[in-house]
Amino acid sequence: MIEFRSVTKTYPDGTVAVADFDLVVPPHRTTVLVGSSGSGKTTLLRMINRMVEPTSGTIEIDGTSVLDRDPVQLRRSIGYVLQNGGLLPHQRVIDNVTTVLRLTGTPKRAARERALEVLDVVGLDRSLAERYPSQLSGGQQQRVGVARALAADPNILLMDEPFGAVDPIVRAELQTETLRLQQELNKTVVFVTHDVDEAFLLGDQVVILQEGAHVAQIGSPSEIIENPASEFVASFIGVERGTRALHTKRTDRGTVLVDTAGRTQGVLVEGTA
Amino acid sequence: MTWVLDNLDLIGRLTVEHLRQSALPILLGLLVSVPAGWLAFRFRLTRGLLLTAVGLLYTIPSLALFALLPPLLGISFLSEVNLIIALTVYAVAIMTRFVADALGSVEPSVRQSAVAVGYGPWRRFWQVDLPLAGPVVLAGLRVTAVSTISLATVGILIGIDNLGYLFTNGYQRQIVAEVLAGVVAVVAVALLVDLLLVLVGRLLMPWTRRRAAT
Amino acid sequence: MNLFADAIAWIFSPDRATGALPLSEAIGTHLAFTAVAVLLAALLAVPAGWVIGHTGRGREFAVALSGAARAVPSFGLVLLLVLLLGVTHKVAASTTAFVLLAVPPILAGAYTGVEAVDRRVVDGARSVGMTPGQVLRKVEVPLGLPLLIGGLRSATLQVVATVTLAGYVGSWGLGFYIVQGIQLRDFSQILGAALVIVVLAVVLDLLFALLERAVVPRGVSARRAEQSDPARRRRRREVATSAT
Repeated sequence: MIEFRSVTKTYPDGTVAVADFDLVVPPHRTTVLVGSSGSGKTTLLRMINRMVEPTSGTIEIDGTSVLDRDPVQLRRSIGYVLQNGGLLPHQRVIDNVTTVLRLTGTPKRAARERALEVLDVVGLDRSLAERYPSQLSGGQQQRVGVARALAADPNILLMDEPFGAVDPIVRAELQTETLRLQQELNKTVVFVTHDVDEAFLLGDQVVILQEGAHVAQIGSPSEIIENPASEFVASFIGVERGTRALHTKRTDRGTVLVDTAGRTQGVLVEGTA
Repeated sequence: MTWVLDNLDLIGRLTVEHLRQSALPILLGLLVSVPAGWLAFRFRLTRGLLLTAVGLLYTIPSLALFALLPPLLGISFLSEVNLIIALTVYAVAIMTRFVADALGSVEPSVRQSAVAVGYGPWRRFWQVDLPLAGPVVLAGLRVTAVSTISLATVGILIGIDNLGYLFTNGYQRQIVAEVLAGVVAVVAVALLVDLLLVLVGRLLMPWTRRRAAT
Repeated sequence: MNLFADAIAWIFSPDRATGALPLSEAIGTHLAFTAVAVLLAALLAVPAGWVIGHTGRGREFAVALSGAARAVPSFGLVLLLVLLLGVTHKVAASTTAFVLLAVPPILAGAYTGVEAVDRRVVDGARSVGMTPGQVLRKVEVPLGLPLLIGGLRSATLQVVATVTLAGYVGSWGLGFYIVQGIQLRDFSQILGAALVIVVLAVVLDLLFALLERAVVPRGVSARRAEQSDPARRRRRREVATSAT
């Protein structure tokens, strides 16, 4: 469990990125922080592994404040996936994946074995292990980033807009993979995105953030769509427009769902899923 | 200090000479390097050739270049022409790379949009590419100006009087103040010209001025 | 072309093996001065540059230094130091001048090399739990090596040129032949020595060019990096430009 307690972050130039923020991140679930740029979502994420230090307040992991832990050790115990992968361009895929293991002193052979296993887990062919990151596609690089984060088998996985830089088809593929992985691995995942659809797809708990990391609403995707807490949330998630604002239309063959532009988006199937 | 005060008119005269000898190579360097840099930017073949050529020219130490130019160009070794041509060679060597990089630094999307709204190649070069390359060209011009002014002092070794005269004269007469005055004067002149170029750049490229701090 | 023939004849004349300053000795001292000065300057400037690049502290100072250094006339600096340290310490004084001239380009090469490393890569390295020292050693230094070699390259050429000028203060190095040739109005000696200097400079430049290419880490295609990042290319250029 990760707990934010009245966390504030003020940058030296006076910008308040996060103001008095509280949040409980439940274990073995995916919590998605979603908001537009300037909402402080990445700052919040980076405070968990002390890439950013809070100005005041505490962040606890299983009851221990991260501020009491050595930042380097802390980071080695938490998986972190960056938007661009953040891979070391001068090291082969296998060496990128074994980085944390080697840093924590795992013998080379064992680290290598483990890395190859993790490549299997993230769906990368072992033959790619000897390549350099620049020789991979964007989607493959991103999978290496995930493999690197998982290599040391951390309990917590932080993902900072991990699929922001790949094309929509690959993004959809990686999202499905993330869901599959989470079912298998049961990590505590904190995921940052500006894409509401991605948040609703991946999140067990979704946190909608306004400027300064002010929490607009917390809840499951269903709770939020069914009962937006404010005008801001309603407009942010788009319940009044596009493919989320659906009304029914009777046709000869049954009821279909139609969006605000009049395009048919689906068929209403009776009974519950 | 007394030496400086006693010889202010000498320093002044040498400074004027120095500026005159440096100005021409700097201007010629700019004039030659704009088309040369464009060639190096535009065509793959000329890029390799030109950049290798200017790279080689740049490696030649000044004193050796003074010796190479006269037999190649049929000019006199101990002459001002020799100094000015040598300085021009260095200026072109520095500036060509900067101009090529400057043109390469223009956002392709901006260039595309200029084409899209109907600029012809000639007008586009003068009204879009070159102005947008301006800041980097200016950076190159500043490096060139400062280097040229500093390098011109070597002219004294081939008998051309400028601020370099204070070095050899002061050395032979063992007057530390004279040599020091020479070094300080050269640095001061170079930095003043540099500052002048920055100001000219601000006038010519108002869009690069930073907005007042918010 | 007669002049060039005479110059080449001067170079290969048997007289070059004897006399007050044999050609081999002149080349030897020229190279020795260059090597010692660049090494000493590197010992000072490389660690300092890495720290500046890693921490970002002292950056303004380093930028100002390498900018101002271009304005300092190297010939004047040599003569000034010889006068200051005394004519009996010409070697030490000249070497000091060479070191002073070599420091700024090496410093610039070291810090821009570290600075030019993609911030996202450094971020990634920190996020997996590398200590600041490990980030510097395993990421910033290897990725910044080509720019550092570029700095050493331009420092070396700068010193080769300045050692030539230092032929004015002592009968050493290849520049002495030119200074002496001017006094004697011996143009084949002037041109001959100039040709040797050019060959020396070009060979050193070429060696550094090869080294620069050799230290680009595998997996980082230099060409790709240059094409995709004009700012990086510009930095490389700025490092490679200082007055001779």
